[in-house]
Amino acid sequence: MARRPERGARGREQPPRRPRRRGGGGRAGARLLAWLQEHPRAALGSLGRMWRNPAASLLTVAVIAVALALPGALWMLLKNAERATGGWDTGARVSVYLEPGLDPARAATIGDRIAARDDVTVVERISAEQALEEFRALAGFDEALEALERNPLPAVVVVEPAGVGGRSPAALGRLTGELEAIEGVDRAQLDLEWVERLYALLGLIERGVTVIALLLAAGVLLIIGNTIRLDILNRREEIEVTKLIGASDAFIRRPFLYTGLWYGLLGAALAWLLLAAGRALLAGPAARLAAAYGSGFRLHGLAADESGLLILAGAGLGLVGSWLAVGRHLRAIEPG
Amino acid sequence: MIRFDHVNKRYPGRLEALTDVSLDLPQGEMAFLTGHSGAGKSTLLKLIALIERVTRGTLLVHNVNLGTLPTRRVPWLRRQMGIVFQNHHLLYDRTVFDNVALPLVIAGYRSGELRRRTRAALDKVGLLDKERQMPITLSGGEQQRVGIARAVVHRPPLLLADEPTGNLDPALSREIMELFVQFNRVGVTVLVATHDIALTEAFGLPVLSLAGGRLARDDFAGGPVGAPA
Repeated sequence: MARRPERGARGREQPPRRPRRRGGGGRAGARLLAWLQEHPRAALGSLGRMWRNPAASLLTVAVIAVALALPGALWMLLKNAERATGGWDTGARVSVYLEPGLDPARAATIGDRIAARDDVTVVERISAEQALEEFRALAGFDEALEALERNPLPAVVVVEPAGVGGRSPAALGRLTGELEAIEGVDRAQLDLEWVERLYALLGLIERGVTVIALLLAAGVLLIIGNTIRLDILNRREEIEVTKLIGASDAFIRRPFLYTGLWYGLLGAALAWLLLAAGRALLAGPAARLAAAYGSGFRLHGLAADESGLLILAGAGLGLVGSWLAVGRHLRAIEPG
Repeated sequence: MIRFDHVNKRYPGRLEALTDVSLDLPQGEMAFLTGHSGAGKSTLLKLIALIERVTRGTLLVHNVNLGTLPTRRVPWLRRQMGIVFQNHHLLYDRTVFDNVALPLVIAGYRSGELRRRTRAALDKVGLLDKERQMPITLSGGEQQRVGIARAVVHRPPLLLADEPTGNLDPALSREIMELFVQFNRVGVTVLVATHDIALTEAFGLPVLSLAGGRLARDDFAGGPVGAPA
């Protein structure tokens, strides 16, 4: 075949035919090197793409941040409520009412017997006379009480369970039973029921927060998944072309996964800022309220480990959300 | 380099696009693939690039049987070839340089080597001064040259072109073809699909011709085929 002479002799620059890839080093070494260079490239590339489209990116990040901040705020509220009520259960007390009309010496003996028990410490002993005095002073029932022939009030021994083991509801129930069985004791009443109710309520709220957190986590997954899906569809042609040029699936997947990761990370960071700002706004009023109740309570923000968990959750959700979208939609795009 | 052995290709729900095609494009050769539109030129190229799979028969590229190549190895095979498209398939959101560098990025070249090779390829097609521009600002002929630079930047042993001059005037078409000839002269096997008979005649290169999905002429096997057996 006659081939006409070509202008320019630049043909020489063209290669010996086998393409030589990267200098020496083992296969594994070369792979590691490529990996070390491709990941930052994909990560920065994704970030750059988001940066060039700031309005849309910011909107997505903001939506994710709100979705993460909401359970975060509830969690913060719950932890603070638990902290505020934290001292209350140590005050689990049992009021032991002796039979009314017991003579004082007998009442004192019973009181001593209770005090001798190992499983309780006596906090206070109120004799029938003292009770009557208090009642008189408090209620202004002087005359009515005068009319009574004898003191209607019982003597009371207030005890606290000793040791830590005695504080479980079951142990407390057993203790009241035992105290009631003592001769001369009318009734032993646990002053803890309302605390139990409060804790049951807090437990319920905690469960509620968990459910809300799960729902919103699913929401974040969907938001990120959908964002990545739109991104994939927008870049359909680019994906086809890169596939034709010989890009592996991993290569094509990578920037989308990083985009999801960035969305999650930035969303979590913004959520953290929202929570910090919210705490700062509420700290003053909360401190005043606490002071009004004579408490030194302070509103706490997220602890370091909780902050870490928030960021991790954001990153994880971002990665999983984009992984789901990429898995579903990238495979469908083939050149042809 | 490329060997078709009784290859049939049937698209679902359509007539056969290729029927009993056997041909052999030796390594280091350059050939034109001609035929009217619908004759099967694009299908034949798509089979080589593994955009489509052979329905029946065997197709070897680089002595690799494409019929049994697992899907995960397809990217590897595509990196052994460069493909030039009629409509360029450039990425319009990045510069000329980034477009041409893409195959090297995919192959994992380091940035120094990547820059050197990309600029060499751009120089080869005469567009080094436009490396910072966006493709949309270039003329059709220039965009096609960007496409060619991208197809050869990773120095593939095989170059495929599907109607690379389809939208260009004759002078530009000639220029583009001469570029392909230059690559062929340094050892690259080149297969150019075109319906421009005048152009193929002007270059006097071997011709493979398809008609109605069958091979009608094969200059590597001595000209006209199909004297019915």
